[in-house]
Amino acid sequence: MSDSGYREFRPRWYRPRMSTWWWLKRWSSLAFILRELSSIFVAWFVVFFLILVGALGRGGHGYHEFLSWAASPSIVILNAVSLAFIVFHAITWFNLAPQAMVVRLGGKRVPAALIAGANYGAWVVTSAIVAWLIVGG
Amino acid sequence: MADRIVLEVARYRPEAEAEPTLQRYEVPFRKDWVILDGLNHIKDHLDGTLAYRWSCRMGVCGSCGMTVNGEPKLTCATFLSDYAPGPVRVEPLRNFPIIRDVIVDIGDFMKKLSAVKPWIIRDSEKPLAEGEYRQTPDELDHYKQYSMCINCMLCYAACPVYGLDPEFLGPAAIALGQRYNLDSRDQGARERHKILSKHDGIWSCTFVGECTKVCPKNVDPAGAIQRYKLTSALEWVKDFVMPWRGQ
Amino acid sequence: MARRPIEPFLWILFSAGGVFAALLIPVLLFLFGLAFPLGWLAPPSYEHLVAVLGHPLSRVLLFLLCTSWLFHGAHRFRYTLYDGLQLQHLKELIVLVCYGGAIVGSVAAGVCLWRLP
Repeated sequence: MSDSGYREFRPRWYRPRMSTWWWLKRWSSLAFILRELSSIFVAWFVVFFLILVGALGRGGHGYHEFLSWAASPSIVILNAVSLAFIVFHAITWFNLAPQAMVVRLGGKRVPAALIAGANYGAWVVTSAIVAWLIVGG
Repeated sequence: MADRIVLEVARYRPEAEAEPTLQRYEVPFRKDWVILDGLNHIKDHLDGTLAYRWSCRMGVCGSCGMTVNGEPKLTCATFLSDYAPGPVRVEPLRNFPIIRDVIVDIGDFMKKLSAVKPWIIRDSEKPLAEGEYRQTPDELDHYKQYSMCINCMLCYAACPVYGLDPEFLGPAAIALGQRYNLDSRDQGARERHKILSKHDGIWSCTFVGECTKVCPKNVDPAGAIQRYKLTSALEWVKDFVMPWRGQ
Repeated sequence: MARRPIEPFLWILFSAGGVFAALLIPVLLFLFGLAFPLGWLAPPSYEHLVAVLGHPLSRVLLFLLCTSWLFHGAHRFRYTLYDGLQLQHLKELIVLVCYGGAIVGSVAAGVCLWRLP
């Protein structure tokens, strides 16, 4: 094909569209979305907790009704799944903390393992205190 | 051990086709060859029409980023032997428009890079007679990691937020903004704050962390972004508590 | 002069809620969701529980915690809808539902904790 003169060639760029299911394509993306979905289970815990508080308002009788209801299979499964998601949230949160917060002591960066470790330590201590407060007595 | 390996390279010729396709090439398999060596062999001996970018071939220019078997990689730093027996799929970097074959348009990134003002900003320059700006090794350490960025854009290719929202400022741009914010010679943090803390700046980031995983220079852009979120949030609190602070 | 941005504030709530959720919810959910109902541990007596939770300091703390947890969840869920389901075109609706829900939940938490005997 011969050209009689200059013909400007405008290439048509190809723009691939990102699939709605992009997060299913790799393990790390799936793990990320699951981590983010832990937000739903955090909200569920608040609801569950407020149900407990409401039940306490109905006396010892209400409290025992709550414990029976919480022992029903569907609620146990929901809470077990929630616990798994929230522990996943906690682990990913503490592991990422050193990346988000750089602490310098004496001009040197505190190693990541130390910062994560401190977070895990706080987790253990806090849990122990809360458990002691609730169970003790 | 086989002495040949197959490369499946994406081809896109806008004058001839509507969509990219994969073309198979068989290249020599040498233990010390990288993907780029394979591509150069194709160009030199098999198919001169193949279009791709490369320059330094040693991992400092940032030109040769491509998607290799689904992962963003520098093709000059990725060995064929890691993918033996193959085939190895070489495609353009994700999340960018494809111009031709494995060449993508990087104009969006260049725009965003200039927007964060990646240079030393000072209220006033020191007169020459006062000598150079001095910096201790510790002060250098504050920003050195972020200065290692070679603008290869593997992080943009890995970032799902950028893939979903092309307005997002992106990992490298923010990391480079931080490189200057944390430089003791720089006084431009307030100026960069305007660009960085727009909604499509740092706040679109959800700390997926893929950018840090693929970065060939260990810049840790995800860390840079989260640190700046904290800085920006503290600035917000200060402005809230003391609204009379300088504009 | 541009409106003062709200995003940094929402992120602070998200972060605080995230820290408190990570530190406190596992033990609380384990105890009240599994251990006590299933009898792995003897549940505390009604009187003890009301004394611990009903203490004025506890009520205030729990209210603040519930609020932080709800805003943490709302903020994260909002971005999951943007990223996971690509619903950016429904941005205003999502913001309303997520943070509106968090506000409603926080008010409910306040009321419940106030009503505790």
